[in-house]
Amino acid sequence: YHGDAVARLGTQPDSGSSTYQENYEQMKALVNQLHERAQYVRLGGSEKARARHTSRGKLLPRDRIDNLIDPGSPFLEFSQFAGYKLYGEEEVPAGGIITGIGRVSGVECMIVANDATVKGGTYYPVTVKKHVRAQEIALQNRLPCIYLVDSGGANLPRQADTFPDRDHFGRIFYNQAIMSSKNITQIAVVMGSCTAGGAYVPAMADENIIVQRQGTIFLAGPPLVKAATGEEVSAEDLGGADLHCRRSGVTDHYALDDHHALHLTRKVVRSLNYQKKLDVTVEPSEEPLFPADELYGIVGANLKRSFDVREVIARIVDGSRFNEFKALYGDTLVTGFARIFGYPVGIIGNNGVLFSESAKKGAHFVQLCCQRNIPLLFLQNITGFMVGKDYEAEGIAKDGAKMVAAVSCAKVPKITVIIGGSYGAGNYGMCGRAYSPRFLYMWPNARISVMGGEQAATVLATVARDQRAREGKQFSSAEEAALKEPIIKRFEEEGNPYYSSARLWDDGIIDPVDTRLVLGLSISAALNAPIQRTDFGIFRM
Amino acid sequence: TTPGGSITKVLIANRGEIACRVIRTARKMGVQSVAVYSEADRNSMHVDMADEAYSIGPAPSQQSYLAMEKIIQVAKSSAAQAIHPGYGFLSENMEFAEFCKQEGIIFIGPPSTAIRDMGIKSTSKSIMAAAGVPVVEGYHGNDQSDECLKEHAGKIGYPVMIKAIRGGGGKGMRIIRSEKEFQEQLESARREAKKSFNDDAMLIEKFVDTPRHVEVQVFGDHHGNAVYLFERDCSVQRRHQKIIEEAPAPGIDPEVRRRLGEAAVRAAKAVNYVGAGTVEFIMDSKHNFYFMEMNTRLQVEHPVTEMITGTDLVEWQLRIAAGEKIPLSQEEIPLQGHAFEARIYAEDPDNNFMPGAGPLVHLSTPPPDMSTRIETGVRQGDEVSVHYDPMIAKLVVWASDRQSALSKLRYSLHQYNIVGLRTNVDFLLRLSGHSEFEAGNVHTDFIPQHHKDLLPTHSTIAKESVCQAALGLILKEKEMTSAFKLHTQDQFSPFSFSSGRRLNISYTRNMTLRSGKNDIIIAVTYNRDGSYDMQIENKLFRVLGDLSNEDGYTYLKSSVNGVASKSKFILLDNTIYLFSMEGSIEVGIPVPKYLSPVSAEGTQGGTIAPMTGTIEKVFVKAGDRVKAGDALMVMIAMKMEHTIKAPKDGRIKKVFFSEGAQANRHAPLVEFEEEEV
Repeated sequence: YHGDAVARLGTQPDSGSSTYQENYEQMKALVNQLHERAQYVRLGGSEKARARHTSRGKLLPRDRIDNLIDPGSPFLEFSQFAGYKLYGEEEVPAGGIITGIGRVSGVECMIVANDATVKGGTYYPVTVKKHVRAQEIALQNRLPCIYLVDSGGANLPRQADTFPDRDHFGRIFYNQAIMSSKNITQIAVVMGSCTAGGAYVPAMADENIIVQRQGTIFLAGPPLVKAATGEEVSAEDLGGADLHCRRSGVTDHYALDDHHALHLTRKVVRSLNYQKKLDVTVEPSEEPLFPADELYGIVGANLKRSFDVREVIARIVDGSRFNEFKALYGDTLVTGFARIFGYPVGIIGNNGVLFSESAKKGAHFVQLCCQRNIPLLFLQNITGFMVGKDYEAEGIAKDGAKMVAAVSCAKVPKITVIIGGSYGAGNYGMCGRAYSPRFLYMWPNARISVMGGEQAATVLATVARDQRAREGKQFSSAEEAALKEPIIKRFEEEGNPYYSSARLWDDGIIDPVDTRLVLGLSISAALNAPIQRTDFGIFRM
Repeated sequence: TTPGGSITKVLIANRGEIACRVIRTARKMGVQSVAVYSEADRNSMHVDMADEAYSIGPAPSQQSYLAMEKIIQVAKSSAAQAIHPGYGFLSENMEFAEFCKQEGIIFIGPPSTAIRDMGIKSTSKSIMAAAGVPVVEGYHGNDQSDECLKEHAGKIGYPVMIKAIRGGGGKGMRIIRSEKEFQEQLESARREAKKSFNDDAMLIEKFVDTPRHVEVQVFGDHHGNAVYLFERDCSVQRRHQKIIEEAPAPGIDPEVRRRLGEAAVRAAKAVNYVGAGTVEFIMDSKHNFYFMEMNTRLQVEHPVTEMITGTDLVEWQLRIAAGEKIPLSQEEIPLQGHAFEARIYAEDPDNNFMPGAGPLVHLSTPPPDMSTRIETGVRQGDEVSVHYDPMIAKLVVWASDRQSALSKLRYSLHQYNIVGLRTNVDFLLRLSGHSEFEAGNVHTDFIPQHHKDLLPTHSTIAKESVCQAALGLILKEKEMTSAFKLHTQDQFSPFSFSSGRRLNISYTRNMTLRSGKNDIIIAVTYNRDGSYDMQIENKLFRVLGDLSNEDGYTYLKSSVNGVASKSKFILLDNTIYLFSMEGSIEVGIPVPKYLSPVSAEGTQGGTIAPMTGTIEKVFVKAGDRVKAGDALMVMIAMKMEHTIKAPKDGRIKKVFFSEGAQANRHAPLVEFEEEEV
C-alpha cells in the first residue's frame, strides 16, 4: 500500500568537498591495488607451468569453473589472497586452490578446484586451510560440493603443517564423509592426479567423473610401486580412467576431456533432484537510490575519520529502504531491517564506540532476527567498548556480554563485513571470525587487531615507563619513540586485510562497490540450509 | 468446341501454390473447390483451404497427381463440373483433356487439338510460319548430305546452330559463326552425336546470340475471340528454368510490344485457342523476335501479368470455360506500372542450384498487401517434399515503375526468411541488386555471364556479424536462465543474473562460432554496465543489445561499436540465423565431439547425405578398409545420382542405411572407426 512505503535512507554527499574527494581518491587507490593484485593472483602459476598445463589439452582451473557453472552466471570466489606473501619467496597464488560458490544446472554448489600450475597442485598448509574452510561453508549452508581434482597431494617439505593436526589434510575426507551422511552431495571430477591421500577425494565422493589419459587415482604412484615391489607400471595402467571405470569401479563416469567431464558434472547435478526451499519471504529486488561508488568518498581510507553507517546501508540495500529499530536509543549502534536482492536482512552497524545501551539494543535486535528467521548482517567498524570508571561501574562488561552471547548463539545466517576498524571486544560483539559468521569479508581499508597500533604502543610504553620508574630510571621521549615505532609498524602490517586474508582470517577482500552483490550472493547461498531455531543461554542481567 | 456450362464446383488437379491460388479465386467467385492430394500432402495447405479434399494415392506423382482415372473419379463423385489442371502434371496432357471431354467434365484449358498441335515442335513452327508469325529459320529435313546442310546454313545466314535431332544436354551441338568453320564443326558434332545417341542426324537453326526470353500472355474464348495481355520477360534462368520474371519486358517500345502481342494473337487464333495460353519468343538484341513454342496452360509467372493489367486470370479461365466471352476487349486491357516475380526455391545456388528438400522450420514472409503477393502452398512447419517441385513460393511485387518495383522486390526479399533448408533468397537478392539487371540488360546467359558477382566463391563473414551472433547467443542464454528462475521460489537471487560477475577480476569467456568451415574464436568480456567487449583476432568491439519478441518472432537489437541494427534472430539446433535489411547471416555453433553421435571427422568429411533421397547402392560394410575417394554408396535424389565417396582413408565402423532406404538430408551415412591418436 502507498502509505506503507518505508522511508528512504541516505543523503546526497557533497562530492565537491575536499574530504569527500580525498576519501574517494584514497579508497579508489586501495581498490585499484586490490584489482591489480587480484589480476596477478588470477593467473595462477608461472607462464611456463600454465603453458605446459594447457599444452596437454587441460583447462586452467578458472576456465574449468567458468565452463562448469551456468553460462554467464556469477561466481562468488573466496579468499583470493590466501597464501599472499605467506611463504617468503615462494608464491602460492590463491593458496594453490580456487574455491567459491556458483550455480551449476541451477543449483548453488561449492566448487573446489586445485590449481596444478601452482606447485603441481600440492597442498600447502594454507591450501588445506582453504579447502577445509570451503567445506565448512558447504556444511553450514548445505551446498553440494564439486571437487575439481588435479593435485600432487600434500606438499612433502611442509608435511608437519599439513598432515597431523585436526584441521589438516585428513579433515578433508572426514568432512566428505560427514557431509555425505547429512545428504550434502559430494562430487569429484578427476582431471589430473589424485595420489595417495588425494585418492580419497574421488573415492569418498558420492558420484565421480574421470578424464581419460589425464586423470589418475592410486594410493601409490608408479615410482613408489617400483620402489616397494619392483613392479613397473604406467600411471595410466595403474590408475587411469579405463582401469577405474571398467575394472575397479572407483570412478563412475568416463570423460574424453575436461569439457566433457564438466558437461557430465552438470548432468550429475541435474540428477540430484535438488530443490532450494526458502525459509524467508522474498520481494522484487530494487537497486539502491545512490551510486555504490559514493562509498569511496563517504568512507575513505582514514580510519580516524568517522562516517554515518546509514550512508553505507543506503548504498547496499534494496531501494535504500531501511526500517530502523530503536533509532533514538543507544545510537552508536544502528539496527534495522532492510532487503538485499529481495531477501530480508537485519543490519547491525557501528556509529561509534559501544556503550551499555548500544550493546543491549544489539542483543535485543539479534533476538528479534532469530525469532523471525531474518539473516543478520554486521557492518563492522568498531574500536571497542567504552572504557572508564563510570562505564565499568554501570556494568558495561555484562551488557557487552549480552550482545556477545546473543551473537554467538544466533542460528540465523550471519554475515560480517569489516568496513573499517575491527578492534578488541568490538570484534566479538560484531560477529568476528570466532563467532562463526557464515561469511566474513573485508574492505581494503579495513584493519583488524586486538587494539589499534597507536594504543598498543602507548600501553607498552606506559608499562615500560612504570617499570623504569620502579627502578628509579628515566624514560626519555627518544626511548619511548624507539619503543613505539616498531610496535606501530607491526600492528599496521598484521592488521592489514591482505595479512588477514593470506591466513584465511576472512573469506576475502572485496571492493566496497561489490558489497551489495557479494551480500546478495552470500545470503542466497546461506538460504540453502533451513534456518534453525536459536536457543539462547543465560543473559547476565 | 465444348459449349461451356455453369461451374459451381471445380476440382483442382494440382497441389502447392497453384492449387491454393485457384482455390482463392474460386472462393471469391462463390465456386466450391475440391482438392486432391497424395499421401505426402495429407497435411498440406491446399488440402486445408479447399472445401473438399480427396486422397488419390501415394506420394509419387505417377500414382497420384498424374493418375487420370482417379482424378476423374473424384470429379464425378464430388460432382465437380470442371477440372482446373494448374501447371505441370496434367495441364498439357492431351489425353487428359480428351478424357475430361468424354466424361462430360469441363477441362479448364484449350481444346485437346491445340494441345496436340502445340506439343510437337516442328508442327507448331510450321503452323505459326503459315499464320505469319516470325519463326526461327531452320532446316529439319531428311537430306543429311554435307552439301544440303551447308546450303541451308548459308540460306539461314550465319551464325547458325547445328544440333543432333536426338540431342540433349548440349551434346552434338555446335555454334558455327562462318562458312569456313562449317565442315569441321559439322563432322565434330556428328562424331559426338554418334557416340552419345548412336544417331548423327542434324538439324540447323538460326543462332540467336545472348537472346532474351519474352513471352506473351494470350486468352481465347469459345466465341472465336483472342486478346493479348502484354509480354513478360523471363530471360534470367538457371538450369533452363526461370527464376525471376517481370512484366512488361524492359526496354521494349510500344510498337514492338504491339507487334509481339498481335503475333501472339495470330498464333492463338491459328489453333482456335481457348483459355489461357502463353506464346514464347526469343528476342535478339535488335528486338527481332521469333516464335519458340506455345504453352497451353496458365504459367507459373502469370501473376506479373495480373499485376500490370489488374486482372484475375484464373477468374478469366473459369468464365471462359463456362462459355462466357473474354471479359475485356483488347482496347480495354490496361498496362499499368511494372511487376516482378521472384521464385523462391529450396535449392543450393552454391552447388549448381541443386534442388533441396526438407522442413521449413522457420518461415516468415513480408506482409502481403495490394502490391505485394505471396503465392505459396506451404506454411511454417511444412515440408518441401522430395517428390515434387522444390518451389517454396513466388514473391510478386508491383509498383508504378520498374525501378520502384525492383526496390520493393529487394525490400520484400529481405523479409522472406527461411530456416531449415537452403534457399535461393540470398541469390535472388544479389541478382535483383545487380547493376546490369537494374539496367534491364537481361538475357538467357545472364547468370553464367555474371557468375562471379552473383555467386561469390567465398564470402568471409564480417566480424561485426559474428559479434551480433555471439551477442544473440549470450542473450538467449540469459533469457533461458530468467525462464528457469520463474519456476522457483527464489526469483531474485543474483546467482540467476547472467552478469558474468567475478570478484575483483573481470570475466572473459571464449566462445567459438563457425562460419562455413572456419572456426572463429571470440573472447567475450562481461562489463559491469551490461555491455560486452568482444575480441576477434586483433579487433575489439563494444557490443550491447537485447532481444525482443514481436509477432511471435525474436528480434535482436544490437549495437556494435556504436552501429545499431535490428535483425530477426533464430537459433535452431546448432545454427544461429540473423535476418536483417543488410542481409542474412548464418553462424554455426560447433558441437563438442562428445555430443555428436557420429565422429565429427566422419560427418565433416562428407559421409552425410547431401540431400534427402533414396539409397540406391551400398558398396561397403562395417569393417571394410577404404581409401579416400572410394565410392561408399550411391543415392538417388531429385532424379539425380550422387556417389558418396570416402572422405579419408580408414576403416568403416558402421553403415547406417541399406539399399532402398530413405535418408534425410545431413543424415550420417557411414561412420568411420576413430583413429588412435
